[in-house]
Formats: sequence, C-alpha cells, structure tokens
Amino acid sequence: MSDITKQSLTELVENVKNKKLSSTDVTKAFIDRSEKSEELNAYITNNFTSALDKAKKFDQKPNLDLKLPGIPMAVKDLFCTKNIKTTAGSKILNNFVPTYESTVTENIWNEGAILLGKLNCDEFAMGSSNETSFFGNVQSPIDKNLVPGGSSGGSASAVAGQLTPVTIGTDTGGSIRQPASFTGIVGLKPTYGSCSRYGIVAFASSLDQAGPMAQNVKDCALLHEVISSYDPKDSTSIDFKRNHYSKELTNNIKGKKIGIPKEYRVDGMPKEIEDLWKKGIQYIKDCGAETVDISLPNTSYALPAYYIVAPAEASSNLARYDGVKYGFRAKGKNLIDMYEKTRSEGFGAEVQRRIMIGTYVLSSGYYDAYYLKAQKVRKLIKNDFDEAYKKVDAILTPSTPSSAFKIGEKTNDPVSMYLNDIFTVPVNLAGLPGISIPAGHDSKGYPLGLQIIGKAFDEQNILNIAYAMEEKINFKNKITDWWIK
Amino acid sequence: MSIDLKTIKHISKLARISVDEKRAEKLAGDLNSIFDFIEKLNELKTDNVEPLTSIAETTLKLRSDEVKSKNIREQIIKNSPQDNEDYFVVPKVIE
Repeated sequence: MSDITKQSLTELVENVKNKKLSSTDVTKAFIDRSEKSEELNAYITNNFTSALDKAKKFDQKPNLDLKLPGIPMAVKDLFCTKNIKTTAGSKILNNFVPTYESTVTENIWNEGAILLGKLNCDEFAMGSSNETSFFGNVQSPIDKNLVPGGSSGGSASAVAGQLTPVTIGTDTGGSIRQPASFTGIVGLKPTYGSCSRYGIVAFASSLDQAGPMAQNVKDCALLHEVISSYDPKDSTSIDFKRNHYSKELTNNIKGKKIGIPKEYRVDGMPKEIEDLWKKGIQYIKDCGAETVDISLPNTSYALPAYYIVAPAEASSNLARYDGVKYGFRAKGKNLIDMYEKTRSEGFGAEVQRRIMIGTYVLSSGYYDAYYLKAQKVRKLIKNDFDEAYKKVDAILTPSTPSSAFKIGEKTNDPVSMYLNDIFTVPVNLAGLPGISIPAGHDSKGYPLGLQIIGKAFDEQNILNIAYAMEEKINFKNKITDWWIK
Repeated sequence: MSIDLKTIKHISKLARISVDEKRAEKLAGDLNSIFDFIEKLNELKTDNVEPLTSIAETTLKLRSDEVKSKNIREQIIKNSPQDNEDYFVVPKVIE
C-alpha cells in the first residue's frame, strides 16, 4: 500500500474502478503521507477525519460510474467549502466558515471526490512565492527553504510532494503555472469564462480563473473536464461546448503550427532557460509539428499594465472586508476607526500595498492616466495574440524567467518578485488558456517548465501538444522526501 | 513621479487602512518603485486604441427576476463578528 501516493490520478481511478483499491485505502494513504509532511506547511486546514468517514461510506455503496470515484483531494484555500473554514491565506478570514460551496469544488464532489483539506496560498492569491500567507511559508518538496512558487504554493507543494493526487488552484497572473513550473508538475490556466468563479474568493475579477494542477497531462485533462462548466451564478461564465478533454486527448499533433515569440527572449534570462526553450522547439519538431517565428510586440508592457488592472480590481473587491459582515474585527473608537483598524490589522503587507496601488490609480484625477491607459494596453496585447493566431495554432514559451528561488530571497523588492510572472501575465490579460509542463532541470537540479498558450476555448489543443511533448521530454521529478523523518 | 507621505495618507484614508508614520514611509518607497516600473506604459501611444473592458466577447445573459434563496438570514449573519441575532452590529454612529 505504500506506493499508493505515487500513483497518478488516472491509475488511482482505474484501480478503484477495478476494485483493486478501495476509497478507504487511497484516502488513508494520502492522509498518512500528509500527516508525515507537516514541515511542508502545505495545509491550512485538514479535513482528515471527515474524509475517512466519507471514504468508508463511499466503499459501502460505491458508484464506480463517477469520474473521480472516492478519490481524496485537497484544494487551494481560496475556494469556499460549505461548513469548512476558508481563509484565503488571510488573518481577516481566519474565522470564516462559508455557508455555501464554490461551483468548481461542487463539480468535483459531484464526481465522487472527497475533500482532504484546504491548502496554503499567498494572502488573497497575491504573491509569487507563498510567502505572503498569514499561515506561514510553504516549503517546496524539491529542496529545503526553496519557495514552491505562488500564489498556489500549497497546491503545488501538495501535488509534487504526493500529499494529494491532484488539486485545483487559481491563476490571476500566473498563480497556477509558475508554482507548477517551480515544483515540476503540470498546471493549466483555462480560458477566462471556462470555470465558474462563483464561490472563489475574488482577487481581480477580469483575470481570475480556477484550474487543475497534476502530476501529468492526462490527469490534468481529466480534472479540467470535471471543473469546467457553464454556471449562471457567474455572469462571466461562458456557455460553449466543452470537450471530454481526457477521452479526446491525443499525442498526434502532426502538422500543427507552433509560434515562437521573439519578445519572450528577455534581457538577463539565464542561458539554462534559453536552452530549455530550444529543446522545447526540438521536441515540437520531433512530434511532427512545425515551429514558426512570430512577434508579440507589446509583450514588455503586459506586466506594468497588469500592476494597474489587478490592484485596481483588488482594491474594489477587498472593500467588502470591513469587519461587519464576516471575518476579523478590530476594536475602534467609532465606525470609521473600526474599519481602518480592522483592515490595517487584518490584511498583510503585500495585500495592503496592492490595495493602496489600486486605490491610487482609481482615485479622482488619475483614472485616465492609469486604469484607462492599462485597458488600452490590454487591448493591444490581445490584438498581438489575435494577429499571431492567424498564423499559428499555439505558442511555446518558457513558463518563468528562472527556476525557484530561496525563501526570503525576493521579499524586500516587490518589483523583482513581480518579474517572476513576466511570461504568464500576458495570457491572463488576453483571457487565453495556458499550460505549464515540466521540461527539464537547471544546474541545481530544480525543475524548469515550458508554457503552451492556446487560442480561447482551445484547451484540447494545448493539452494535446503538452501530452505529445510530455512523452518526448520524459521528465522525472526529483523528490527526495527530505521533509519526512 | 513621486508619491509623498501626504499622498500616502490621502490614499490610506480612501482605502480605509490606518497607516502609521513608519509604515507610510515604507509604503511610499514601495509605491514609488512600483510606479517607476508602471511609467513604462507612457512609451506607448494609445490615443486611438479602444480600451478592453470585457475579455469575454459575449453579452450578459438575462434571467427572470425570481427569489431563489429564501429564509437564509441566519446563514447570512452566521459569520458576523458581532451579531445580535437578527442584525449586523457596528459601533454607534448617531450621537
């Protein structure tokens, strides 16, 4: 039974369906490993007792037609889970127990999965290293004192460390793809409107998307198939025909045209990343697809535009935390004093910084200079992609400009932290799907990822390309279990 | 461009976040370095560009105006930091 946690989601589902494993076997194995993995600090809240009860109940009357029959799964603590504490990594929501369930997690439980617990993340998903969480740093299973990336850092750590077979994260500027890249796993940010945002703690509403994180592309496709749905409760959810992503998965990408954008060759990018990208281009060719040099001329403006749009939306979204309706409340002399102290004591430094940026750019006299300007730049970035997609089916880039860094290395310089998302942010601004797959290691043995960006609603295509490349790359994650005594 | 302490105080008032002197200075430094980075956008001419206001190119769907959640007052006030059974309670606002 010791090797249960090493199995992929696809294998676990198959073994449960063939009755080689029970839900209790699988759930016990992941709970056991999670309990031995406290040092990773991947969990904020565990749901182990209830999960085991549910697994036993499942086994008494197993419904094996479901897509995730009795499979235990931990999720990012940004998804509201009914009657289970949901913190968004913040002190201000430390005592918040939702009375409703997010649509995405509801879809997962409806297919038979069982909640293992809630995973650590940067506070309100604002961060690229999981160092802004009120509940402390998350350790990467790759190496001690290495960041797992962020904001879905607990999610990445839990999948790479085999504490959960798969998980879901959210991605506003790279928060699924960057930690996936840092920990040697697969992470998909779906097209905006593919997965419902209902019940997800809001950060920047025009950018936020939930998505799957997994050990391999097939698992990722299966989980995406479960979470993607049209939902009237989210007015930006889009009613389009969704594929059976895992069933339709194919490694035949012959004749596909893959764009290589020259603007992603940024100054100061380590040679290892450049070499990885070149290898990626070779893998594409080995799969019988063709690469085409393309230009996305406004790429370098994406990150500055993002740091207007995302904080502006965040400052509006986070106005709801006022100490009245839910969450933490500080004592104040009067109503205004109570608001100001609650928000000052309840939010961490990075969240306050972003609320301040957002409030400033939306304040009287500055709207045109910042927010309107950023929306225009966003249009230019989207036009760049539209133009490129007249010539190519997908685009290949590195996922991040470097491999994972040490805890504390970038906390004093917000701009250098923000630069981590330079390759992932344009995808969110244009509302496109993007997937990061592990593609190699740097000289320190840390994983490096490649990103495949698709046309809107073309998740099947990028999953197929990722699937074909995965076979050629044959990546092996170096997990030493350093944290298990 | 430079954001001074007076501006920080003004924004913190708008954002309803109390900020002491020490924190204000740190925030001014951080915001200035972030805005230096954002200023790069001024290189771009955007006079004739339409702003992107909605990423999904669909019109909002209409729905009938029906009450779907009934009698959920208890659920709504359940997470209130200070509840008085039926209401949200805040510090006194009328003298």
